[in-house]
Amino acid sequence: MTLPDNRPFAIRHFAPAALREALKKMYLIRRFEEGAEDSYMRGLIHGTMHLSIGQEASAMATCMELTDNDKITSTHRGHGHCIAKGAEVGRMFAEFFGKETGYCHGRGGSMHIADVKTGNLGANGIVGGGLPIAVGAALSAKRLGKSDVTVCFFGDGANNEGAFHEALNMAAVWKLPVIFVCENNGYGMSTSTARSTAVTHIADRAAAYAMPGVTVDGNDFSAVAFAMHTAIARARAGEGPSLVENLTYRWRGHSKSDRNRYRSKDEIEDWMTRDPIARFRAELIAHGILDEAGAEAVAAEAIADVQAGIEFARSSTAPSISEVTRYVYAEV
Amino acid sequence: MNAQAPTDLRTLSYAEAIREAMAIAMEADPTVILMGEDIGVYGGAFQVTLDLIDRFGPDRVMDTPISELGGAGVAVGAALTGLKPIFEFQFSDFAMLAMEQIVNQAAKLRYMLGGEASVPVVFRLPAGSGTGAAAQHSQSIEAWFGHVPGLKVLQPATPEDAKGMLLAALADPDPVMIFEHKLLYKMKGHVPAGSYLTPIGKALLRRAGTDVTIVAGSIMLHRALEAAEKLAAEGISAEVIDLRSIRPIDHETILASVRKTGRLMVVYEGVKAFGVGAEISAMVAESDAFDYLDAPILRLGGADAPVPYNPDLERASVPQVDTIEAAARRLVRREV
Repeated sequence: MTLPDNRPFAIRHFAPAALREALKKMYLIRRFEEGAEDSYMRGLIHGTMHLSIGQEASAMATCMELTDNDKITSTHRGHGHCIAKGAEVGRMFAEFFGKETGYCHGRGGSMHIADVKTGNLGANGIVGGGLPIAVGAALSAKRLGKSDVTVCFFGDGANNEGAFHEALNMAAVWKLPVIFVCENNGYGMSTSTARSTAVTHIADRAAAYAMPGVTVDGNDFSAVAFAMHTAIARARAGEGPSLVENLTYRWRGHSKSDRNRYRSKDEIEDWMTRDPIARFRAELIAHGILDEAGAEAVAAEAIADVQAGIEFARSSTAPSISEVTRYVYAEV
Repeated sequence: MNAQAPTDLRTLSYAEAIREAMAIAMEADPTVILMGEDIGVYGGAFQVTLDLIDRFGPDRVMDTPISELGGAGVAVGAALTGLKPIFEFQFSDFAMLAMEQIVNQAAKLRYMLGGEASVPVVFRLPAGSGTGAAAQHSQSIEAWFGHVPGLKVLQPATPEDAKGMLLAALADPDPVMIFEHKLLYKMKGHVPAGSYLTPIGKALLRRAGTDVTIVAGSIMLHRALEAAEKLAAEGISAEVIDLRSIRPIDHETILASVRKTGRLMVVYEGVKAFGVGAEISAMVAESDAFDYLDAPILRLGGADAPVPYNPDLERASVPQVDTIEAAARRLVRREV
């Protein structure tokens, strides 16, 4: 008689190399966000940005089983999704620095960061903007006879937009291969879900669209990965959409203008003890995927990548002023 | 009868011409799909899609829920990923429910993504007054979209153009909005067989004249042509230009005509203020054609009110043949 395998789902399901890569990308997201914040403070990046520090497990574990053919739609807090889906941090920094070498040739910036070649259809400056677009991408896959799935990232704020209702309803009516991933970090800017949302769990709203809905600890890599594994399998089997709610927290403010007047220091510090990267790292070490030295090496690689990325962005050229209207329409 | 006149001219209605264009495109390209409210077995509110569901099936002629924002967004997402959706708004007024997806997403995605994405979606929008449907089903809001870089905005006036513009829109890699006038759906006219593209962004001289240029699109073209015919009887020679495309707008055709006639009148159904007439007037005022003007530019547009229900009020709220005729007469005789 064999003993049941009680190890966490991710440890059982993914190859050690894939798990190491996942940890690397989570570090990369964290260091990227810090690098972007630092560059902003030093005046190298203008405008604003929305950092996802604290939400790395949600981004990475959600994307674990996706290929470049699978699509994602992202949000204004989308840097982590972009990295998790496979983008290079050098071209991301270049975009934030407004350079021609950036993913959007300096036209989009943080809020429109995208990498179409790895299936990222773009961050979105409009809350809920990506919800119907993701359903459209899933419709394409179904009509074109592909097995690709689309993951639609959105926040707790977007679940109160009309687009949420319309998109989830259509996805369910047409049984489309889309997974709606709500990153519930507790606040739509300053307004808490308790003050804005009639249900306790956003996943409860799945019942209104006759689709499965599950709420998981979004800072637990394995919990997110398992929920996604189930939802992706359902989507690829043609059984339709699912809603996955990842409970998480953003350590930083909503954007650069946030003075954190709507939440307490205790609350922030409490969530910082639930650091998704530290938890995943400890899990990998506990199950023998990595040792301390190996984990340190992974963390160091992320730092080196971010430094190289910032250097690439700084040394890149800016778009030509004469090309301000380029890319409005297709070039013939 | 002119001995040269062909005896085999195909005649279709404007609605039939649009339907023929959709069928040609769907036969030729399996990625073309239709989406909209009640476009399946119902055939569309104006019977434009009619029996296309029988020919192409419900997977390609998709009835959407009553979800304009979501439906338009699904069309945008599908266009972004390999399909060519033609999305029918039941009434152009309902596009207001989908402004987010049209203006913030479809129009801007190519630019925001630095040319790395394309959104080849076509929006069809039944527009205009004259049906007794009052304020929320009768508007002419095409000028709103003329303000949005990234969109193309067309306004076919004839069955031939309705077909050719739809095929051109489908061949275009960017989002195109086609405003179809509800009163034109039953209008018959010559429509060539097979596939042809009406160039996007080209106005068309429909009647040559020497005393005044009348720029009009959609149903206003027909009213302007009728007015021009009446004016000719009293010795006023009006040149009538079919605007056809609001974005991009054909500067050259309009300016060349104004240089010739020295007078300009812009006729449109949308509310007069901040409309198509303002853009065209300003374009002329900013150009060398301004020096050729013998009279102030005249705009004839919709009343500064929602479209009313009462038929007499409704008729009075938008330019008609008699008001166009009177305005042109005043302009040419310097009574303005």
